[in-house]
Amino acid sequence: MIINHPLLGPRDSAEFVYLGDAELIDRPDPETASPEDWYEYGYLRDNPAGLHRELWWHEGGDRSWLVVTRNTMTHEITSVEIARDVARKMGRSS
Amino acid sequence: MRYSGLKVIKEALTGHKGWTPAWRDPEPQPHYDIIIIGGGGHGLATAHYLASVYGQHKVAVIEKGWIGGGNVGRNTTIIRSNYMLDGNEPFYEFSLKLWEGLEQNINYNAMVSQRGIMNLIHSDAQRDAFIRRGNAMMLNGADAEYLDVAAIKREYPFLNFDDARFPIKGGLAQRRGGTVRHDAVAWGYARAADSKGVDIIQNCEVTGFRIENGKCHGVETSKGFIGANKVGCAVAGNSGRLMSMAGMRLPIESHVLQAFVSEGLKPVLPGVITFGAGHFYVSQSDKGGLVFGGDIDGYNSYAQRGNLPVVEDVCEGGMAIMPMIGRARLLRMWGGIMDMSMDGSPIIDRTDIEGLYFNGGWCYGGFKATPASGHVFAHLLARDTPHETATAYRFDRFKTGHMIDEKGMGNQPNLH
Ligand SMILES: Cc1cc2nc3c(=O)[nH]c(=O)nc-3n(C[C@H](O)[C@H](O)[C@H](O)COP(=O)(O)OP(=O)(O)OC[C@H]3O[C@@H](n4cnc5c(N)ncnc54)[C@H](O)[C@@H]3O)c2cc1C
Repeated sequence: MIINHPLLGPRDSAEFVYLGDAELIDRPDPETASPEDWYEYGYLRDNPAGLHRELWWHEGGDRSWLVVTRNTMTHEITSVEIARDVARKMGRSS
Repeated sequence: MRYSGLKVIKEALTGHKGWTPAWRDPEPQPHYDIIIIGGGGHGLATAHYLASVYGQHKVAVIEKGWIGGGNVGRNTTIIRSNYMLDGNEPFYEFSLKLWEGLEQNINYNAMVSQRGIMNLIHSDAQRDAFIRRGNAMMLNGADAEYLDVAAIKREYPFLNFDDARFPIKGGLAQRRGGTVRHDAVAWGYARAADSKGVDIIQNCEVTGFRIENGKCHGVETSKGFIGANKVGCAVAGNSGRLMSMAGMRLPIESHVLQAFVSEGLKPVLPGVITFGAGHFYVSQSDKGGLVFGGDIDGYNSYAQRGNLPVVEDVCEGGMAIMPMIGRARLLRMWGGIMDMSMDGSPIIDRTDIEGLYFNGGWCYGGFKATPASGHVFAHLLARDTPHETATAYRFDRFKTGHMIDEKGMGNQPNLH
């Protein structure tokens, strides 16, 4: 699989480490979250057969975090974003 | 028809004209007491034990493809009960005992072969951990044996004992572990269940559930609606996809695991070897092929095929521990989809929807569990209480903090 890094261009996915569903960016607020919120965040997943937004870490490269949109049936990658930009858009980072 | 040595000889002498199909091919009835979704090893075993142990006969198994086409026919066939934690070890030992009596129980040759399994040790810390595991196994009535280097050299002289990074320092053996002919497990259970009246319906995909007021009344399928008092799901890697049709999110991700087979060789490997440090495991099939595997590919996948980086990684592991494997040609490789759970252990439980039951999260270790999984799931479906060896496999363990995390990896399914 080739991941088209927005800054570095196409890279072999073997340079990356996979973390999981990109929803993990949206961590509950420790001030207000209930145990149920933490349970859902920590353990429950949509696990779709089809398009999946997921977090990949460029460990063997520039050590950036990316949000990769990949089809879990075909491995086709349709978009690659810098995770920080995604987080900013969600109001999660300055 | 019962199989016997006499029958085999008679058929051999008369041109094999007297064999009949091993199970019927029925159309679905409008309503069953219990429907099992998924004609893999676990679903078929559940049906068999429902009929033979728990007295349920209005049972159907619904399979979207053909029985045995899923993980039960794609795995590397290793059976063992060398677990450590309380929730797991009694369950897997129960399973190993059921394997030991399986062929007599279902009158089918599943080629259960207790050729032994050996986990290699490469450091003092690993030795301590494995000896502790061996003690836990023996406390639960399983067998375990510590092997020193001389003992391993007698059985496996060709291993790479002096590898610079992972020298072999010992091994933990379970002599009762081994391999089983995987397809025959599906066929044997199917035949046994069918002979007790269970309908095995192939080429019938479940596309939804009929749920009214929090109660499940049956399933929508490609052959129309089929009603049931109770529905049990045992669809391995498709757990997430199926349960989302009932509006549930699971503590599960689907990942692909590959298996490899070399060309046929003379007998070289007496038992099963695992090289945990490099993640490689291997046995030799009765046809002579070396059957081996390693890590999962590591990211969510529903594609029943693997990717090349892992092929390379697995073969490197093989070369590191067993250099002679480099002389053999690789014949075939394939992938299967596993439902990796958040703590690496299975879930066998009722759901919040009345009449809907779940069996899944087997990760890549569910083949060895097939008989016990079927037995305890049948118990749950028939009696509505968990079987005594499966009381820890509940959904709520992720809420209450009672995870069964054999590998200590936390909630990261791709590391279990
Ligand atoms: C490469 C590989 C190696 C492995 N090695 C080992 C090993 O050495 N030892 C070990 O213990 N375990 C091993 N495993 C794991 C083990 O094979 C599985 O955990 C176990 O087989 C899963 O249970 P099952 O047999 O019932 O699943 P399956 O055989 O996958 O059965 C599930 C069935 O459900 C059907 N299904 C899915 N969706 C639907 C639907 N909507 N409607 C109707 N039917 C549906 C599927 O078609 C499938 O036939 C391995 C797995 C793989 C892939």
